[in-house]
Amino acid sequence: MSEETLLSMENINVHFNTRRGVVKAVRDLSLYINKGETLALVGESGCGKSVTAHTINQLIPMPPGVIESGSVIFQGRDLLQCTQREVQDLRGTQISMIFQEPMTSLNPVFKIGDQLADVFMAHQDMKKKEALAKAVELLKLVKIPSPEKRAYDYPHQLSGGMRQRVMIAMALASPDSGLMIADEPTTALDVTIQAQILDLLNDLKDKVNMSLLLITHDMGVVAEMADRVVVMYAGRKVEEGTVYQIFDNPSHPYTLGLLNSLPSNDKYKNSTRLEAIPGNVPDLLSLGEGCPFANRCNWSSDVCNKSFPGKTELAEGHSIWCHNATKVIAEGTKTNG
Amino acid sequence: MNENIGVPELEESPLKEHWHSLRQNKTAMAGLIIIVLFLLVGIFSPVLAPMDPLEQHIELRKSAPFTNGYILGTDDLGRDLLSRLIYGARISMIIGVISVSISLFFGVIIGMISAYYGGIVDKIIMRLIDMMLAFPYILLTIVIVAVLGPSLTNAMIAIGISQIPSYARVVRASVLAEKENDYVLAERALGASDRELMFGSILPNCLAPISVQATLGVGTAILDSAALSFLGLGAQPPTPEWGLMIASSKEFITSAWWIVTFPGIATLLAVLGFNLLGDGLRDILDPRLRD
Repeated sequence: MSEETLLSMENINVHFNTRRGVVKAVRDLSLYINKGETLALVGESGCGKSVTAHTINQLIPMPPGVIESGSVIFQGRDLLQCTQREVQDLRGTQISMIFQEPMTSLNPVFKIGDQLADVFMAHQDMKKKEALAKAVELLKLVKIPSPEKRAYDYPHQLSGGMRQRVMIAMALASPDSGLMIADEPTTALDVTIQAQILDLLNDLKDKVNMSLLLITHDMGVVAEMADRVVVMYAGRKVEEGTVYQIFDNPSHPYTLGLLNSLPSNDKYKNSTRLEAIPGNVPDLLSLGEGCPFANRCNWSSDVCNKSFPGKTELAEGHSIWCHNATKVIAEGTKTNG
Repeated sequence: MNENIGVPELEESPLKEHWHSLRQNKTAMAGLIIIVLFLLVGIFSPVLAPMDPLEQHIELRKSAPFTNGYILGTDDLGRDLLSRLIYGARISMIIGVISVSISLFFGVIIGMISAYYGGIVDKIIMRLIDMMLAFPYILLTIVIVAVLGPSLTNAMIAIGISQIPSYARVVRASVLAEKENDYVLAERALGASDRELMFGSILPNCLAPISVQATLGVGTAILDSAALSFLGLGAQPPTPEWGLMIASSKEFITSAWWIVTFPGIATLLAVLGFNLLGDGLRDILDPRLRD
């Protein structure tokens, strides 16, 4: 794997000005993706994963959204300083995106072949006929059976799994896929189709040499796909590491809770119920300066409510943001083991 | 992997499906047949009309229907009523189509921009539209004609302009609902520009309510042009326009009923045709009213 950085985000703060107040959806987030790498962005619903993704290709509705500060360096350029037009040119060519709802992410009134061809015609000077041929080629690449026939189908004539393949094909229509953002690509699909789509993504990733930003809340998907993992909680990055570091040696209380709440084979032998993290995600409107996880954390102390902890580096590339890091590591591995 | 293989194709293309439900809907079909008849009459009026609509035979004036060789009789100047009605169909269809095209063109653009950009743009445009809607509709039309001068062309323009607000509202409402869909965001993420999104992907999804509005609008436009001509602000004599025919013969309603009655019936039928089809289309295109 090359160690060249494709994308790096520094100190991103994204706010939404709502009628009830300012929602700080993403706070001081930094992350990077190397070329050819899969980075998984993990966290529960509403923790700012999608907002982070939308910050990259600037799909955040403004207003009410505001990117308060930070930089998004993509191939040496700061996307936040680019004009609308420049970002629009990058979308679909260098940065493409797969959405989580395959059932509604295709335009219902056009045939899928035409929709794919449109992407080609928009980004490369291509005649309709040539673009359609390319579209069929892509449908074949994402393993849609009898693509020549399927290209003339409307989205409602396809199943969810097929539509997600079409979405992936559309994201692949770019001539030079630098970065593909997959926003919970398998959430809406059933488990067997899920595995096929993930295999397909892995396959294609090697074929076209792209980097993948995988957004998910499913630790199973993370284990299968990711090279590195960033765990987010309430808009903050709480743990970062390689997939082995995260699964073998989870160190932040939230990551521990996440992994403990997964069903696993040996746990079924002892108990019939899954472990849940007690409490709820805090209201993003009333977040203080403290650690957002403090009120659900077994190890929280007074200092946790006062300020957000600094970085504790555990190993190369493996860091957590926790005030009681040493204590958690000492005790946490016990409960996890 | 082969989810759909072996499953028989049950779904038709949307167009075929709608045509099928249109054929099931008797009132809509009746409307469509009436419209097609009027359109054919309008297109082939020189062939169908037995006489020149402007040719006067003063000695045969006010002939009753089926006398002197006139099927529907003659008017107060001895012109063949049937021929005048046939040419009137052509004029009415043209009025309907052109004035609706004017209101559609501007209504779609205004409504789309208003809904798509939202915020302050939407507020300003919608308040202007509200101001236009606050005028009684026919009064607005009369004011525009008064400014432009009375003629058939200006009547079409006036009707077109005064109908823009209702189209803009219909378009805005459906775009507001449509633009929140995932496919809009997905296409934007693939690099589509605002213009491509507005007219390339959102508009085709809003065609159902727009086509209903346009169909009903043609009927309204025909009726309005008849009203304007009746008031002397639309077509000018000797144009065989239905409203004008009614206006110029209203004093004979007791002595020669046919001169005023037949143009009235023609107007009624044409408007009825468009209204029936419009209502039928609404039933067909609105999935909630479908069974």
